[in-house]
Amino acid sequence: MNIVLKLVAQRIALGILLLLAASVLIFVGTNILPGDVAQSILGQSATPQALANLRAELGLNQPAYLRYLEWLGGVLHGNLGHSLTNGQDIATAISGRLANTLFLASVAAVIAVPLAVTLGLIAVRYRDRWPDKLISAITLTSVSLPEFLLGYIVIYFLAVKFHVAPSVATIYPGMSLLQKLHAVILPALVLVLVVQGQMMRMTRAAVLNLMQSAYIETAELKGLRPFLIIARHAFPNAISPIINVVMINLAYLVVGIVVTEVVFTYPGMGQYLVDHVAKRDIPVVQASALIFAAVYIGLNMLADVVSILTNPRLRHPK
Amino acid sequence: MAETLLQIRNLRIEATAYPPGEPPQDIVIVDDVSLTLEKGRVLGLIGESGAGKSTIGLSALAYGRGGVRITGGEILLNGRDLRKLRPAGMRAARGREVTYVAQSAAAAFNPAKRLIDQVIETTLQHGLMPRTAAEMRAVELFAKLGLPDPETFGKRYPHQVSGGQLQRAMTAMALCPAPDLVIFDEPTTALDVTTQIDVLAAIKEAIADTGVGALYITHDLAVVAQVSDDIMVLRGGKTVEYGPVRQIIEAPQQDYTRALVSVRGIEHEEKTPTAEPVLSVKGVTARYSGTRFDVLRDISVDLSPGQTLAVVGESGSGKSTLARVITGLLPPSQGEIVVAGRQLSPDLKSRTREDLRELQMIYQMADTAMNPRHTVGTIIGRPLEFYFGLKGAARRKRVQELLDEIEMSEGYIDRYPAELSGGQKQRVCIARALAAKPKMIICDEVTSALDPLVADGILKLLLNLQKIEQVAYLFITHDLATVRAIADSIAVMYQGEVVRYGTKSEVLAPPFDDYTDLLLSSVPEMKLGWLEEVIAHRKMESAGH
Repeated sequence: MNIVLKLVAQRIALGILLLLAASVLIFVGTNILPGDVAQSILGQSATPQALANLRAELGLNQPAYLRYLEWLGGVLHGNLGHSLTNGQDIATAISGRLANTLFLASVAAVIAVPLAVTLGLIAVRYRDRWPDKLISAITLTSVSLPEFLLGYIVIYFLAVKFHVAPSVATIYPGMSLLQKLHAVILPALVLVLVVQGQMMRMTRAAVLNLMQSAYIETAELKGLRPFLIIARHAFPNAISPIINVVMINLAYLVVGIVVTEVVFTYPGMGQYLVDHVAKRDIPVVQASALIFAAVYIGLNMLADVVSILTNPRLRHPK
Repeated sequence: MAETLLQIRNLRIEATAYPPGEPPQDIVIVDDVSLTLEKGRVLGLIGESGAGKSTIGLSALAYGRGGVRITGGEILLNGRDLRKLRPAGMRAARGREVTYVAQSAAAAFNPAKRLIDQVIETTLQHGLMPRTAAEMRAVELFAKLGLPDPETFGKRYPHQVSGGQLQRAMTAMALCPAPDLVIFDEPTTALDVTTQIDVLAAIKEAIADTGVGALYITHDLAVVAQVSDDIMVLRGGKTVEYGPVRQIIEAPQQDYTRALVSVRGIEHEEKTPTAEPVLSVKGVTARYSGTRFDVLRDISVDLSPGQTLAVVGESGSGKSTLARVITGLLPPSQGEIVVAGRQLSPDLKSRTREDLRELQMIYQMADTAMNPRHTVGTIIGRPLEFYFGLKGAARRKRVQELLDEIEMSEGYIDRYPAELSGGQKQRVCIARALAAKPKMIICDEVTSALDPLVADGILKLLLNLQKIEQVAYLFITHDLATVRAIADSIAVMYQGEVVRYGTKSEVLAPPFDDYTDLLLSSVPEMKLGWLEEVIAHRKMESAGH
């Protein structure tokens, strides 16, 4: 068990290091953006004196590394700073948005991951026959279509024509879980269509790769049914590559769904970020970027850890 | 009259080949083979690779590997023709009536599942027993097959047990559902010789105890003679000879069978070591970086010019590591390597081109030792250019001379490795090594991947070239028959140490140390009843101690 603990600890330490590096990049990146925050707050008609005062107030005169350390220190204490444009506490404002995004992402993930894996296994079972081709055709089509187009297609059919679900996915505190689920049916559906393709293809490829193994032949010669062979003997050995693609797609569900949020006017992180980028609200952009980075790094770290845990050679050393 | 278990009549099996640059063509793998196996009897199928023996064995499971198709004949198992069964019927027969033991148990077990779950899977799947009863039967079989701690053995994963143990576990897996027929497909070929004898004895005992019928497939006639009642000799998919084991071993009718029985008839007169060795390994100790134990401990051996030193040992004995140290791939922590009186730098990177030229290598897998996109001419020509600056016509002429020496015609100069047979590939590797005009060549298990008759040809070639070129061989092998055939001196390695070293006649003459005795007595002999003799002898000895 020692090896596993050591490896997992290593991964976590690496993840933290990576996050730190990401925070530097975010800080540097946002600071080399053209334009002046004070100028954009006060407008073109501001006097030089007023600009200087505001800069001093915002701490913009300090050297960059000091501002970075101050920012980092705040983040570590849970203080993401205040929005430049409306003075709100960013942590408070973001937490509601983040919760919404995570809710929509989880709904999509709970449907998409089992669906993609099952479809992948079915495609292997009937490889090069019509079920395989049909699954590939449908998933490739849905992946190839841009998200906004998918969004408008499902709105047209499911909201306008057949009134299955609302076209505007508004959710607010106080809604029951069922009401929330009803509200997010369409965006969740679009997200499922977008992410399942890659996961299904990876499941198919990873499992197919193992179907040539000697132990698959052993299972066939035991007289097992084909699907049982795939699910029981091939799949457990293919988890590691599959889990990596699953995690990348989960990360995408959290950080990459701006378009879907806009199409369904869903109050999530993506919209929030876009709004504040337009307003040059640096602290909000930094906070959002840091959260996205944390999600990406965290999920990939989780994929590594799961890969380690599913490896029998590591779990049960000699 | 015993009951017929398996009857194969006029079996014909075909596959489609895709030769490069030509249209696909159908080739016949098994041609008009008929055999009969009675309940509780063992039939040995023997032949070289490509003889179709595994294909016949798998056909008894109604299974074809890759694109193989059964195109003619009948396969009657318990009176039913397997060819007429639908997929569900085939699945019902597999595991319940007939099971399979593969050559490489290490690959045939699922790495992600515990052994016990895999061993009893067939039994549960066919609903033959409840889980607890199946587990009890598995434990009984583990005990019968001589596995350690039979009660808890099954809780382990495949990577946690040794190769010999895995092969026994696979036999247990095949016997667990109490089938009528077991197909053993080279079950001991991948094992060390000292492990092979125990597994062989365990399999033979298990077959006798359970009364199961068996097809025993192998390329080693001496092995199959120990376990079979009848033997069928196959070549190129056709039956060469088929009869009771005694007749095949003691009075073979066909030339091919006679060649198999008398294989390794190479006579080589031992040369006495000279005072000036071409290679001197002095007190070498080595370990791999990041590990805590020495894989080689205080190794000292000498190789005389134009002679052969055989380094023999089982897997893990350190013999290939010794080659890595001599070639400079693994610098030793102590000791030195002296070639032709000159001490070599321990590290490959700081050796001169002349050092490199004098010391060439030939590998076990000729396939992976050649660039598949280079022609034979390029492969052999490369060292000519690198060491001697030969180019153009001069280079081509020298390549042709070398091809002549390895008994291959000039026509091969523009061929690619994929177009050559296994033996031809190894010959090209030999020519490449000779092209550098080395003082010595390290041969690492060069005949292990080859069929016996092909291997014989390679050994004869090597001996012949030694006479012509006066080159010395450091011959690494696990095969004692090969050692007898070509060595002048022998070093026996065990767990990183040389346990016995001297001229061939000294090393192979009693009194033996324990390990050499075990090693020598484990080599199967072409003699009926050899296995029982050895096992009885060992039991007596251990009782005497």
